[in-house]
Amino acid sequence: MKILVCISHVPDTTSKINFSEGDTKFDTAGVQFVINPNDEFGLTRAMWFKEKQGATVDVVNVGGTETEPTLRKALAIGADSAIRVNTPATDGVYVAKQIAKVAQDGGYDLIIAGRESIDYNGGMVPGMVAGLIGANFINTCIGLEVEGNEATAIREIDGGKETLKTSLPLVIGTQKGIVQESDLRIPNMRGIMQARKKPLNVVEPVEAGTHSEAVKFEKPQPKGDIKLIDPDNLDELVNLLHNEAKVI
Amino acid sequence: MSVLVYTESEEGKFKKTAFEVASYAKGVADMLGTDVTAVSFNAQGAGDLGQYGVSKVLKINDDKLQKFNAKAYADAIKQAAEKEGAKVIVLSQSANAKYLAPLLAVQLDAGYASNVVALPEGTEPLQVKRTAFTNKAFNFTELSTDVKIIGLSKNAFGLKENATETKEEDFSPSLAEGDFSVNVVSVDKAADKVTIADAEIVVSGGRGMKGPENWGMLEELADTLGAATACSKPVSDMGWRPHSEHVGQTGKPVAANLYIAVGISGAIQHLAGVSASKTKVVINNDPEAPFFKAADYGVVGDAFEIVPKLTEKLKEFKAGNS
Repeated sequence: MKILVCISHVPDTTSKINFSEGDTKFDTAGVQFVINPNDEFGLTRAMWFKEKQGATVDVVNVGGTETEPTLRKALAIGADSAIRVNTPATDGVYVAKQIAKVAQDGGYDLIIAGRESIDYNGGMVPGMVAGLIGANFINTCIGLEVEGNEATAIREIDGGKETLKTSLPLVIGTQKGIVQESDLRIPNMRGIMQARKKPLNVVEPVEAGTHSEAVKFEKPQPKGDIKLIDPDNLDELVNLLHNEAKVI
Repeated sequence: MSVLVYTESEEGKFKKTAFEVASYAKGVADMLGTDVTAVSFNAQGAGDLGQYGVSKVLKINDDKLQKFNAKAYADAIKQAAEKEGAKVIVLSQSANAKYLAPLLAVQLDAGYASNVVALPEGTEPLQVKRTAFTNKAFNFTELSTDVKIIGLSKNAFGLKENATETKEEDFSPSLAEGDFSVNVVSVDKAADKVTIADAEIVVSGGRGMKGPENWGMLEELADTLGAATACSKPVSDMGWRPHSEHVGQTGKPVAANLYIAVGISGAIQHLAGVSASKTKVVINNDPEAPFFKAADYGVVGDAFEIVPKLTEKLKEFKAGNS
């Protein structure tokens, strides 16, 4: 089985988010970039398929040279080779079209991508890749087994989960649950050394348009002061929730 | 030319989000000088959508579509959009709607903006405000395509009554065999439990609860309020609660009317995940907990004493109000 894992290069979850150039650009100053957590859960599951079923695992990112350390980290975790599509990730459909081309050229059976990136939260790339290449698609995937050409997946739904059957080629949108947090791998020295020697191929983008543009950003209004309620006067809290906040 | 809205139902009944997306679609239609057409799947009571501004309902009744199927539903909505000449399609951000939206976008070559929180800023070009960086910021996105899809965040717009005469029409999209290449074999869903996605109120516990055996008091508080239960990341990582209850940046976002955090200190990732909730109450014995800076109401003290007392007070309040 040939697996392609899509890797987004995103600010670490602890990052403070700021904007520059009149709130039109994300300010990357002082920001640590990581593998998008939803992608990392999927990559870790891909490692399982590599170790238990002999799958090969390639990773792909659409972005400039600044994303290469993130791809190297994916290689250190255990991916076999990396592909960087040399173009800025302008919008969801543009990225999806680049990945679709890589997926078709490589003849992958399984394409794994986080259900959304934690920066723009577009939540569209995995589904669009599936639509573009005519593969089956399962989103918010929290379990996957593959036997031959058949796949059994578990999808998180609102308030529960469901089990689905489908066939390859398949795209899954992953999140926590496809592996547990404790299954995530911190690259060891050997992995990091090996990653330096693994291929990182740079390919040029295909011609593709965009559908959207993020023109401006805004930070949420700072919260007003908190009202503290004495633990011996919880009637006041009930009163405030009813009469002031009007939520009960 | 109408605005098309995908109205979700469960067991034949429209969900509350169906009325919310309809209310929003009416707002967009007014800006564009057009009407709202809804598309429903095996749902009864289409006339109820008229309360929220829907002029026409395309009713699909098809046994093959009894269970949600993203590809088939996307195909059906695409055909409804083409029939109506819809340029804007509105849907919710439920797990199902998020699943089908990108498939629909590819089929219609449409731009898709997810997590939208307000009516468009302008229609030429269509610009919408949406959350980004997992609620740490907003972004204004312009969609440049002929057909546009808007995914409306839950509770962002609310219900707006707008009584409209509704025409009902049966609609039978032609579905291909390929639409059914992913099939549900079983569903595991607690029937009587309020889900985080649907809940108006969420009661959430953190490490301060000291262990899974102490969750009973949170469940009782949640039951009293008709609320869903949730938890912080460490709690789900330690296996005290299922990861489906984990809220935060890598878990579920919560956009409830009321979020009650008990024994949760308030890591930046957690605060981001719940920031779309309207009113936040924090109960914690550490007055320095960061959550106190992000909440509306706070009680400093021992959760094991406060939670049962608060539950009693709320029961009295509910009894007095019923």
